[in-house]
Amino acid sequence: MNNKATNACHLPELKSGEISFQPGRIFWATLVRELNLALRRRSDLINPLVFFLMVATLFPLGVSPEPSVLSTLAPGVVWVAALLATLLSLDSLFRSDFDDGSLEQMLLSPQPLFVVVLGKVLAHWLLTGLPLTLMAPLLAVMLFLPAEGMWGLMLSLLLGTPTLSLIGAIGAALTVGLRKGGVLLSLLVLPLYIPVLIFGTAAVEAAVTGLPLGGFLALLGALLAAGLALSPLAIAAGLRISVSG
Amino acid sequence: MPRWFYQLASPRWCYQITGKLLPGFAIAALLLIAVGTVWGLAFAPPDYQQGNSFRIIYLHVPTAYMAQSIYMTMAIAGAVGLIWKMKMADMVLKCCAPIGAWLAVLALATGAIWGKPTWGSWWVWDARLTSMLILLFLYLGVIALNSAIESESTAAQATAVLVLVGLVNIPIIKYSVDWWNTLHQPATFKVTEKPAMPVEMWMPLLLMVIGFYAFFAVALMLRLRNEILRRERRAGWVRELLQQQRG
Amino acid sequence: MSEILLEVEKLFCERDDRVLFSDLSFQVQAGELVQIEGPNGSGKTTLLRILSGLSRHFEGEIRWRGVPLADDLPAYARELLYFGHQAGVKSLLTPEENLRWYAALDTSIDLEQIDQALNAVGLKGFEDVPCHMLSAGQNRRVSLARLYLSQARLWILDEPFTAIDKQGVAAKENVLLAHAQRGGIVILTTHHELNLTQHVRRIHLDEHSGTS
Repeated sequence: MNNKATNACHLPELKSGEISFQPGRIFWATLVRELNLALRRRSDLINPLVFFLMVATLFPLGVSPEPSVLSTLAPGVVWVAALLATLLSLDSLFRSDFDDGSLEQMLLSPQPLFVVVLGKVLAHWLLTGLPLTLMAPLLAVMLFLPAEGMWGLMLSLLLGTPTLSLIGAIGAALTVGLRKGGVLLSLLVLPLYIPVLIFGTAAVEAAVTGLPLGGFLALLGALLAAGLALSPLAIAAGLRISVSG
Repeated sequence: MPRWFYQLASPRWCYQITGKLLPGFAIAALLLIAVGTVWGLAFAPPDYQQGNSFRIIYLHVPTAYMAQSIYMTMAIAGAVGLIWKMKMADMVLKCCAPIGAWLAVLALATGAIWGKPTWGSWWVWDARLTSMLILLFLYLGVIALNSAIESESTAAQATAVLVLVGLVNIPIIKYSVDWWNTLHQPATFKVTEKPAMPVEMWMPLLLMVIGFYAFFAVALMLRLRNEILRRERRAGWVRELLQQQRG
Repeated sequence: MSEILLEVEKLFCERDDRVLFSDLSFQVQAGELVQIEGPNGSGKTTLLRILSGLSRHFEGEIRWRGVPLADDLPAYARELLYFGHQAGVKSLLTPEENLRWYAALDTSIDLEQIDQALNAVGLKGFEDVPCHMLSAGQNRRVSLARLYLSQARLWILDEPFTAIDKQGVAAKENVLLAHAQRGGIVILTTHHELNLTQHVRRIHLDEHSGTS
């Protein structure tokens, strides 16, 4: 029984003081953790970008390589491709956390869940929406988008893709408990993406024709603000429901 | 909370009350729709621009109207289910979705039939039709999510969240589609926006709309009663009921 | 030390048309070790998930310090440490990174103590190895290191000793005992024969589950 002596264990006394909420700390920790994880799994980072490029390549092949045709299609094609690429990457947003039990721990933390969720969504956008935005000019050139439309494209994607991540995360949260959530996720989320798509492409078209695009960017900004305010609640509710099931 | 609110929560009470209400609603739906149809199709005056082809509004408008109202009903049921954890609300939500989806399909089909003589093609990207198509997509998403999740209470909660998210989005979608439509098709002939309809024209329409409401109530109650029996099949009162019907 | 902290009243839960338990009531005082027992499929994990607040598919009431769980989940969460079937360890991160993440979730964890805790669970020298290169048992030890760090009063542990070797189990048992002695509560399920028999109160699930 000398085994017991060596194993004897002294835990610190329990302090029953209030534990402070530190939303800033958990937000930052989530962000760093997600970016760290993504950097160690680089192929997942590149896949949506390759997909983005491939979808855009299909249009000249499937419709026509004619510059006049492509340049009218370009705003819509780049936007649709960006939207699909975002959708593709969303299924894994909460999946690995659900599988390894980290999600349970997030739900049981005294820290507010919507802060953790916002951190995860921001990381998702930094790893998909932002690279897609930065890559968009390449596709725009391939599709003969007039040079005047370039800024409109970049700005509209910059304001629109975070909304796509936020709305998509609701669908990801609701389907995370299902083995085959991928297609279902698209069914749930695509109809909700329509306003972003409409105003996003409208902004590009306005820029191409030399019209002011401030109004469209303001609308996209309003959608983003509404998304930031409301979707974390829906995402958090969805996660609790999925984990509970 | 009033007493009826708690009674609503009881599947047994709901089964009994819907049993009593059902015949009345069925007769009302039948009468209203029959009178409205005959009046609308045979006796209402033809439209001065569209002639007789306008008569499809007696189907198109009520179905389109109902498709939207049912989504609202679903959203209310979803909110009640989430807040008060009421099983009956979960069942209402689940039973509403297929009815709403079918009415949206009917609205789209009648819209297409109307479009052929009016626009000369079966499908035009008209703002209303496009919005209805997106509403149908929302319904399909709700049905897909509800059937994908095995646990009934989880499915109901997840679907309720989705319906409420959809509800917040519907006005935004509607606005963006209307706006998109004016941008791309400024000259579209707006058929449903009649400035003034004579009484002989809108009375049958009103009857049809009320009739469809009654029809929805009947369809919902029938589905609900099935759902109650299925979920409560192990409860004592359901067994007694089945034995009574057998014996 | 005989303060009643956790009260479970008339708990009822059914899964897939099967009643797992009904009319389950018990109370837990500060300083108690409670083992939930029952055959496979009797609802042990479900009960622990309900007690932790993860699952809400139940009827009945659970109170912590006299307050129903649903009324103040954040306050409950502050005093709860839950160890589930999945250990909650990210395989791409190192043990130290994993624990730092837990420290962000549970701010009572002292970052300075992480080294010591990893040492205590026998992971010294593995701090910087990604967890997917560690064994199953080592992965669970990463999560168990939280026991040395946490200030939570209530520990809910679902099969904490799976894939842990003999010495490891003995050490963990001592931790559980020490936690109880400082006024904490441990509620656990395990297939291991515990050496702590004399300290443990047992709750058998099949006794309470009346099938209708």
